Amino acid sequence: MSEFLAPFEHMLEQIVTPAAVRAIESSGDGSAMWGAIAESGFLDALVPEERGGAGLPLTEVQPLWMALGRRAVPLPVGETMIARGLCGDAPAGPIALATARAGQEVVVPSGRIAAYLLIDGGDGLHLVDTASIATTPTGVVGDLSARMRWDSLPSGGRAPPVGGLRSSAAVLRASLIAGAAERLTEMTAAYAGERLQFGKPIGRQQALQQQMAVMAEETVAARLASQLGAASGFPPRPEAAATAKSVASRAAARVAATAHAVHGAIGISAEYDLQLLTRRLHEWRLADGGEAYWNRQLGAARLASEVRSVDYVRTAIFAETR
Amino acid sequence: MFDTLTLAALPAEDDALRPAVRELAESATADMPTDVRARSWMGFDRAFSRRLGAAGFLGLTLPPQYGGGGRGAFARFVVVEELLAVGAPVAAHWIADRQSAPLILNFGNEAQRRAYIPPICRGELVFCIGMSEPGAGSDLASVRTRAEATATGWRVNGQKIWTSNAVHGDYMIALVRTSGTVDDRHAGLSQLIIDLKAPGVSVRPISDLTGDAHFAEVFFDNVDLPHDALIGEAGDGWKQVTAELAFERSGPERIYSSVILLDAWITHLRTAVRDDVATLDLVGEFTARLATLRAMSLACTARLARGESPVVEASLVKDLGTGFEQELPDAIGRDLAAHPDQPVDAELYRALLYVTHIAPSFSLRGGTREILRGIIARGLGLR
Repeated sequence: MSEFLAPFEHMLEQIVTPAAVRAIESSGDGSAMWGAIAESGFLDALVPEERGGAGLPLTEVQPLWMALGRRAVPLPVGETMIARGLCGDAPAGPIALATARAGQEVVVPSGRIAAYLLIDGGDGLHLVDTASIATTPTGVVGDLSARMRWDSLPSGGRAPPVGGLRSSAAVLRASLIAGAAERLTEMTAAYAGERLQFGKPIGRQQALQQQMAVMAEETVAARLASQLGAASGFPPRPEAAATAKSVASRAAARVAATAHAVHGAIGISAEYDLQLLTRRLHEWRLADGGEAYWNRQLGAARLASEVRSVDYVRTAIFAETR
Repeated sequence: MFDTLTLAALPAEDDALRPAVRELAESATADMPTDVRARSWMGFDRAFSRRLGAAGFLGLTLPPQYGGGGRGAFARFVVVEELLAVGAPVAAHWIADRQSAPLILNFGNEAQRRAYIPPICRGELVFCIGMSEPGAGSDLASVRTRAEATATGWRVNGQKIWTSNAVHGDYMIALVRTSGTVDDRHAGLSQLIIDLKAPGVSVRPISDLTGDAHFAEVFFDNVDLPHDALIGEAGDGWKQVTAELAFERSGPERIYSSVILLDAWITHLRTAVRDDVATLDLVGEFTARLATLRAMSLACTARLARGESPVVEASLVKDLGTGFEQELPDAIGRDLAAHPDQPVDAELYRALLYVTHIAPSFSLRGGTREILRGIIARGLGLR
């Protein structure tokens, strides 16, 4: 367990209340919450010690990302950690991540909030002020993502990491999904224990217990897959990142569906907190490549190798050497 | 939630066992056709189990004073993974190494440990699991096989069924009722070691739909056993069986049962030079899920290594793992049949149909899907 997790969670508990999340989703202004998080120093978690950061391994940061997911933190905290870890001269302020070429419109999570965008344009990494980028809302209620497009990028960007920026973003999204899925499974189990129908808690029904068991399995799988992605280092290995995002994206839609099925109508009401998490699960599933995208990347790498599946998994994804 | 199930790395000293066991496993399987290797942990070969024992690859979790390797759960994981990866015939030592010897170590007396564990570590004893009965499948507490106390020990009457390896077996560890009635449920159950050559024991093989006869009916007609046939305390059988099932459910065999078929299919795809999107999607999905299941199985292994009994976690990994093992033949069949103009090698075809036919057993043996999900639901506080 990361020693940084408890203070990080404590901080989030103080400032990221459901009411605060709703306020930011409605106004698009996250400056107060951002200020508190920036002050904590956690944004430099991935910055190497020689550059004045904490120099944490990604395995220690992954639990922090899960904590962000648990609370549906409506700010690009994990993205900024990645950007600051990759770029030596990152400015203060929230940074979102995008992988796209010039002229191609792309949906960017936290695009409404971000002051800067770290772009993997194929030829290199570019850190760009969002004021210079054409930004339009997605039109989805409560969505902090934005549609973003830029017509050109300055020449000579920073060399992108192996596997591109998207691999780092994939492990972040997988971890956020794992955190939110865990919270949803807890909320759903608690609700099933309280909600009475036919004279007993609905959680006593075997049909519902079987669904909840599968939900727990998907949730634990998403957690282990995202841990596997993080264990490959920073920036993560593309094969490990693919594993993380493939499994987590697949879990995201299923976990959201069961959470809503068990909660019934209350779960789709705006005032109940379930939707704060399930809407995010869907957003993160789609962002930075869904399960089919990563499956194809991993499938191509797998088919290029003649070793047995167990050995492929051990060496390419677990990075075991023997 | 289930926070104890967390990523665990294989210790380097345990991973170091890999090359030696691989050499042995590959030499044993070099001439075996794919569909025979696809039998996975159902393949039976006493000579191979003895070779593994002689090389020090059995009883790795057991103390050296009983002939064990004194290593631990991670060392066993590495050995088991290598054996399953090539489809080596492991059934002759499988149950004894996995659960019977640990059970005897944990609950048996000193004489029992000295009598049974050393030959198990040498790969000489075939054990089987005496749990299921005609009227006691998922409802295990309703076993009716009865052992009465006698002046010299115990007298057993009743019947077990679906007992894997009983035909070749030396001993069974049987869950029997030693007091009370079926209505007493978990109370009054005990575990006995039964010599399958004892007078009054008869074994009748049952053929399965693949043509194999790996399981059997076992009948007990006034079988007299000595006092020290009893493992642990009389009446503690349910508690002991629960601990035993954590060993039975948590290993890598719950994710690798179809891996020989998976590899044969991937070889086929490479030969056919298939790189369309649908193929890549499927190969990638299976690779990602296999890696994640391996991480989950290792996480369970870490708990066993700490001496814990991860009953709920093992259920979770087994249910997810066997679901994956069952999806493989379904998806591979769909894929191969989607390309009727690409010839399918005879061994791959036989392996596909073997795994397709036997796959329903994956979520029956060692606890049905529905029972496991009930255990998980209890872990979630729902029952």
